[in-house]
Parts: sequence; C-alpha cells; structure tokens
Amino acid sequence: MTATSLPAAEPVLEVDDLRVELRTPRGPAHVVNGLSYTVGPGETVAVVGESGSGKSVSVLALLGLLPARVATVTGRAVLQGEDLLTMSSDRLRQVRGPGAGMVFQDPMTSLNPVLSIGKQLIEGIRAHSDVSKEVARRRAADLLGEVGLPDPERALDRYPHELSGGMRQRVVIAIALSNSPALLIADEATTALDVTVQAQIIDLVERLQADHGTGVIWITHDLGVVAGIADRVLVMYGGRCVEDGTVDDVLEHPAHPYTRGLLGSLPDLAQPLVDGRVPDLTTVPGLPPPPTDLPAGCVFWPRCPVRSDPRCETEQPPLAVLSPGSGGLEHRAATWCESGADR
Amino acid sequence: MVLVGVSLIVFSLIHLVRGDPVRLALGTRYSQETYDALRHRNGLDLPLVQQYVTWVGRALTGDLGVSFRSGGTVTSLIGERLPATLTLAFAAVFLALLIAVPLGTVSALRPRSFIDRFATVISQIGISVPDFWLAIVLILVFAGTLGWLPTGGYVPLTEDPLGWLERLVLPAVATGVVSGSVLTRFVRSSVLEAMGSDHVRTAQAKGLPERQVFTWHVLRNALLPLVTVTGVQLAYLLSGVVVVEIVFSWPGLGQLALQAVRSRDYPVLQGAILLFALVFLVINLLVDLLYSRIDPRIRR
Repeated sequence: MTATSLPAAEPVLEVDDLRVELRTPRGPAHVVNGLSYTVGPGETVAVVGESGSGKSVSVLALLGLLPARVATVTGRAVLQGEDLLTMSSDRLRQVRGPGAGMVFQDPMTSLNPVLSIGKQLIEGIRAHSDVSKEVARRRAADLLGEVGLPDPERALDRYPHELSGGMRQRVVIAIALSNSPALLIADEATTALDVTVQAQIIDLVERLQADHGTGVIWITHDLGVVAGIADRVLVMYGGRCVEDGTVDDVLEHPAHPYTRGLLGSLPDLAQPLVDGRVPDLTTVPGLPPPPTDLPAGCVFWPRCPVRSDPRCETEQPPLAVLSPGSGGLEHRAATWCESGADR
Repeated sequence: MVLVGVSLIVFSLIHLVRGDPVRLALGTRYSQETYDALRHRNGLDLPLVQQYVTWVGRALTGDLGVSFRSGGTVTSLIGERLPATLTLAFAAVFLALLIAVPLGTVSALRPRSFIDRFATVISQIGISVPDFWLAIVLILVFAGTLGWLPTGGYVPLTEDPLGWLERLVLPAVATGVVSGSVLTRFVRSSVLEAMGSDHVRTAQAKGLPERQVFTWHVLRNALLPLVTVTGVQLAYLLSGVVVVEIVFSWPGLGQLALQAVRSRDYPVLQGAILLFALVFLVINLLVDLLYSRIDPRIRR
C-alpha cells in the first residue's frame, strides 16, 4: 500500500496490510486481504460493506479474538506504539480494555445471562486496576450513569434479562469504556436495535468520544449511520478496501462501482415520485464472492454493472488516489473504472 | 395428578398380568375354602374398581397395605430397602459427576485431541455396554481373580464402615460408569456451546485472565443445565437399577420390586412403583427449586 493518509496528531491505531486467513473444511478462506488504515484520536472511521465482506473479522483479528486454531493473522496493527499482532498473549490481555474496548452486535447475547450487570462491569475494572470491590463498584455505577442507565446503583444488581435491548447495549458500552480505552471498536453496535434507540446509542458514543478523545472504529452496513457519525469511511468488499476517504468525498462522489451500488440501494425520502410512486430501489445483484474462492482480478467484477476495462477480469486494481481530499485526507478507490466518467 | 395417573396405570397393568397371587402363596396343596378365605381376606374377590378405590384411599393415609407373601406392611418393607438404594444411587451419581465434569471439560477444551477421542470412545462404550454385563465383569475381575472385594451384599454404614465401602465400590462403579458416560457427553457439548457464546467473547474483550473467563463465563454457564440431567440420572438410579441390584445381591428397591413381580405380590409392587413415581416427582421439584436459586433468569 502506498500513500497512507495521516491526520495531524499521532494516530491511535495504524493498521498496515492486515490479512486474515481462516482454515475451513472447504480450504483456506481469505477473509481479509491487505487492509490498511489509521484511526486518529477523537476520529471516527466507519468500515462499511455487506455481510461477509470481512468487516467483523478484521477487527476481531486486531484484538486476537479469533480462534487461534483456525485463524492466521498477518500484517501490522500498531495501537499506541505497540504491534497488537506480535505482542504476547499476556500483554494483549492487558491491552484489551485500557487499549481498546469493543461493543458487539447483539446486546441480547453479548452479556452473560447468569451474572449481574455489576459483576460483569466490576470484573472488567478489576482486571486492569488494583482497586477494592467497593471502589470498582462505585466506578461501575458512575459508568452506568454516564451511559444513561436510570438508577445506576440499583441497576448493578440487576441481570441482563431484566433490561431492554437498548439498555443492555448501554451496559456493553459501559463495559467497553470502563478502562477508558484509547480506541473503541463498535461492531455493528446498533444493527440489532430499533431506529430511535439506534440514534440514542450513536449520540451516546459521540458524546463520550468528544469527552474522552477516543478513536472509534464503527463497523456497519448502514450508510445512514455512516453519514451521521463518521469522519472517514472505508468501504470493504471481498476482504479488501475498495474505496476510502472522507465521508463527504465517498458519499457525495463515490468512485467505485460497488460504493455506488450501496448508495443506490438506499431509500431517499427527498426523491421526487415517479408516476405517483416511490421509484424502485436499485440493488447490487448477486452475492459477495466466497472467501475460499476469490476472483483473480477485481474482487467485484463478477457483480459489476460497468466492467469497462479488459483488466477487470485479470488484474487486481490498486488503491489509487483520486483527489487530495479535504483536510489532508485523500480519496482513494481500487477500480479500473474511470472515476466519475460513467456516473 | 401425575401420581393418580401412575397409580391407575400401575393398578390396571398389574391386574392384566396373568397369575394368581393366592395360588402362588399357597403352593400346590390347598383346599378351596382356604383359597377363598385368603382371597377374601386380601380383598381380591371384590370388583377391581372397588379394590383400586380402597387401595388409593389407604395409600393417601400412608398405608400401602400388607404384603401377600411376608405378611409385613409394604411401608416397612420399602423402608427397609430404601437406605440401600439411596446409598447406591448417590454413590453412583457422585462417581458419575467425578468422571464427567473433568473429562467432559477437558474434551471440550481440546476438541479432537487425544484425550477428547479417548473420552469419546470410553463414553461411547460406557453408554452401549449394559450395566449388568459390566457388573459381572467387575465381579469376575475384582472379586474373583484378584479377590480384592466381596462379590456383593450390603451392610449398613453404621455397623461396619469398611465393609460398607468394600461392598459399595463395585455396584457403584457398575452403575456410575454408565451414568458418567451419559454425563460426560453432556458436559462436553455443554462446555463447547458455552465457549462459543457471544458473552464469552465480551469477557475476553474486557481483558479478563483466561482462567477467569473460563470459570465465570464458560464453566458456570455450562454446568447449569447439568443440574437437570443429573437429577434425571439420580431419579433413574433411585427407582432401582434392578439388574445390578440382583447381580450384587444388593437389597434395594429394584430387588424388592422384582421379587414382588415374581410372587404377584400386588401391594408391594404397587407400593414400590408408586414410590418410584414419587421419587421422580420429588427430584424434579428439587431440581426446579435448585434452579431458581442458581439461575437468575428463573428467579422471580
């Protein structure tokens, strides 16, 4: 990869050529194939793509949360000056929490059903700082208050099943933030929630981020969410970054046919009616390629509506800089298709 | 409700079986008068419905009737046998858990390793092998060839602790291995399932030490359903592992029930089966109560 765009401050996380290969019964699956990006302090990077594009695996790999028996992770992922991928498992355990906290997709299953909320928060706090149970408990109650749980003191003694999905996700966020991490990874954190709750959770994360200067990786397939929260966007397809840049660049001037397909599949309420009806949404036909059998050329060409260049089928397009972008952040895309020419 | 159903079924089935308890009790030479008198004394000449109602009525007051054969009350007969059966059942379940929890857990932690394959083979054998066969083999080896342990019998713990233990080992192993095999498989799949659950990943992402993740988030959750399965095993063992009791001449309820069948001793048989049903109910109740203590999702 060439020309990594660097924000002004020292980045919190710097990922370089991350590759993940999973052993499957159908042969090796190339789930992440050379991903590079940086996350600055207080910055939100959204990683978008449809199911199976390797988004979740790419972040689970960072924290060593993939089963070691089946996953091979290579590349570099430097968090606050230390490479996560080469550090000892003991050191990695210390980094999980204070270094990077993680919020998962489904709040209904990501908390232990038989332990109280308090226990689950306190054990995380005490794993990283040598404090008494009472101190940890007070800090846990403060955290619950901070994430907007009513009556935090009593909530500590409640069990996950007594809370709604949105409240549970707040608890998961409180757990992720309990050791003031430099980086927060939200893996489809609002996907399982209904829209109003989704908006509350997003507001919450933005507020906490502003207060603590946390860098955020926000994984989602919801471009509406991206527009609302992200500073930068990274579009993933077939385990590769096919386009990245500032939110404005990517959403306003998408260059990759896949990004355009994703944007075209969004409903637009401001759109004029056609024959008195809302015009049909466009879709990206077909399915993503199986990671065990990626196409030789551009990963997207089997589904690509453009396919203008003879190299599409045979040669992997590099991430090329399209414009210097705003605020020193380049807009890049990996496609042979002439940017903007056939929009 | 369940008990009424069970009692009805038991009662009807017993009376459907051919064989006359009075004739069996009297032997070959008896006069018609004696026969009639005996039938009358035990109420066997009454219509079945009336017999049932009388029996249930008495059973409700704790009177299960009098044995045709020994003349003792059924409650006292069962009472005599109960300690032996309780001893064997609890020993077997204890042994089963002692095998199943560590073996199942280790297998789940290292799937497809040598120890996992070993455990799979052993538990497969344990499930397939009939307990009476295992009992006979154990007797042949440890009581016969090696001569380390007695072949059977039972002495109460209070009389002779060592003799009690010596006589308990073989029958407990014979029944415990079978239960243990069932439970091992269960623990293995339960732990595997717990390890794959989302909340374990949350726990890892918190940066908890592996050991803490394992005890609090894997093992604790995996062992909850084990309570139910263990309860079922215990109930099964308490209702008499008939054949094993016979092989080891273990004076338990299974043996009592079998003798009662042979001699068509209706009151004893009815009493024993009613007790088995009661045991199942009580154990299920205990399991439910225990659950409400250990699983917050069931607490009200």
